Amino acid sequence: MVDVRVPAPLRAHTQGAKLVQGEGGTVAELIDDLDRRYPGLKAGLFDGSGKLRQFVNVYVNDEDIRYLGRLEAQVGPGDTVSILPAVAGG
Amino acid sequence: MVRVYVPTSWRRFTGGCARLEHDAADVRGLLDWLIGEYPALGTEIFDRGGNLHRFVNVYVNDHGIDELRGLATPLEREDEVAVIPAMAGGATRSRFTPEQAVRYSRHIILPEIGGVGQRKLLNAKVVLIGAGGLASPAALYLGAAGVGTMGIVDFDSVDLSNLHRQVIHGHANIGRPKVDSARDRIADVNPDVKVVAHTEALTSENAMEILGQYDIIVNGCDNFATRYLVNDAAYLLKKPLVDGSIFRFEGQATVFMPGQGCYRCLFPSPPPPGAVPSCAEAGVLGALPGMIGIIQATETVKLILGLGEPLVNRLLLYDALAMEFREVKIRRDPECPLCGDNPTVKELIDYEIFCGAPMAATGG
Repeated sequence: MVDVRVPAPLRAHTQGAKLVQGEGGTVAELIDDLDRRYPGLKAGLFDGSGKLRQFVNVYVNDEDIRYLGRLEAQVGPGDTVSILPAVAGG
Repeated sequence: MVRVYVPTSWRRFTGGCARLEHDAADVRGLLDWLIGEYPALGTEIFDRGGNLHRFVNVYVNDHGIDELRGLATPLEREDEVAVIPAMAGGATRSRFTPEQAVRYSRHIILPEIGGVGQRKLLNAKVVLIGAGGLASPAALYLGAAGVGTMGIVDFDSVDLSNLHRQVIHGHANIGRPKVDSARDRIADVNPDVKVVAHTEALTSENAMEILGQYDIIVNGCDNFATRYLVNDAAYLLKKPLVDGSIFRFEGQATVFMPGQGCYRCLFPSPPPPGAVPSCAEAGVLGALPGMIGIIQATETVKLILGLGEPLVNRLLLYDALAMEFREVKIRRDPECPLCGDNPTVKELIDYEIFCGAPMAATGG
């Protein structure tokens, strides 16, 4: 199982949980698994054309998946995946 | 025993020793003992006539001996004496006033800062975008630290709903322009600071001119359009951008150094309007911007002094409810339209169109 940190705006889909777990060998598989457990989560992450939204970053541990092969980034037990949207408050 | 503090620049005469202890009846007795122990200090402290050099300040428990009884000031056990050459960089012109030497004494006694570092702070020019939640604590600490020139850009007025987090403003200032309220408060904290009030919205038309007057940009704005505007202007001006943002119980902070990645590298596009609620819509924990704003102030002081490891290429994430700090990496994106290998953004654009949303207030 992979730990996934869910940001505040997406916690409506996880019954408020900020840390959830899912399975998969890649980020894409992990997100599909999470969407089965928490319907609607995927729609919050992807735009209409199926691309990851540009104001939401996904990290495997501390590295942005854009530098790890994007959705094909490998994940495994012990990894923490973080979903991080831009916030603007000041 | 009376404790004597030896400033950094004189420790070469004391074998590196910063603190000494000795019993003496008065300041002259203590200095005579000091010079007896470390003869090279003699000409540093006294002139040929046996008088204290004009540029040497002696403090007993933070009070200049000029205000006490001079060299005859009596000493008691547990007194702390500091002998500080009020010079930075050797120029007489840049000596500290007696008040400055006391005000900044806790900085000056830090070997990493010293008189030279304090002079850098006094000569620094920092601009704060917004006078809201993040800028309030940042401005208070930067002002207290003696950052000599501080610009503040905000067109908004103080509202009662600001006061649970915007700690630079007070009840008496409700309805006044935030920059005026902030300027008065900073003047009370530290009259050394020159506050430049920019009581206007930051726009593509004025950003280069305003931000170009400063060394470092501290971002405390409250909307995406201004965030992209400030990012692009900072990069085009080659100025460091100390960034912070907050949402409900969580905050983010980082430092963008020109050419080492920018806000567009981190988040290539803003969210569509309405996708991410504002503080006014979603609420925010009052103490949250305090934490992030003070991180921004700390990073700004470090940049001015060239101290430590700046928060560059790292995004610091703070979760107040978990009371947890984490970091993720920020890289320069070779495909970034601003700072990438083939840039397409070479001047400021229309950020309201880019974000599909108005800039609203500058500092939330």
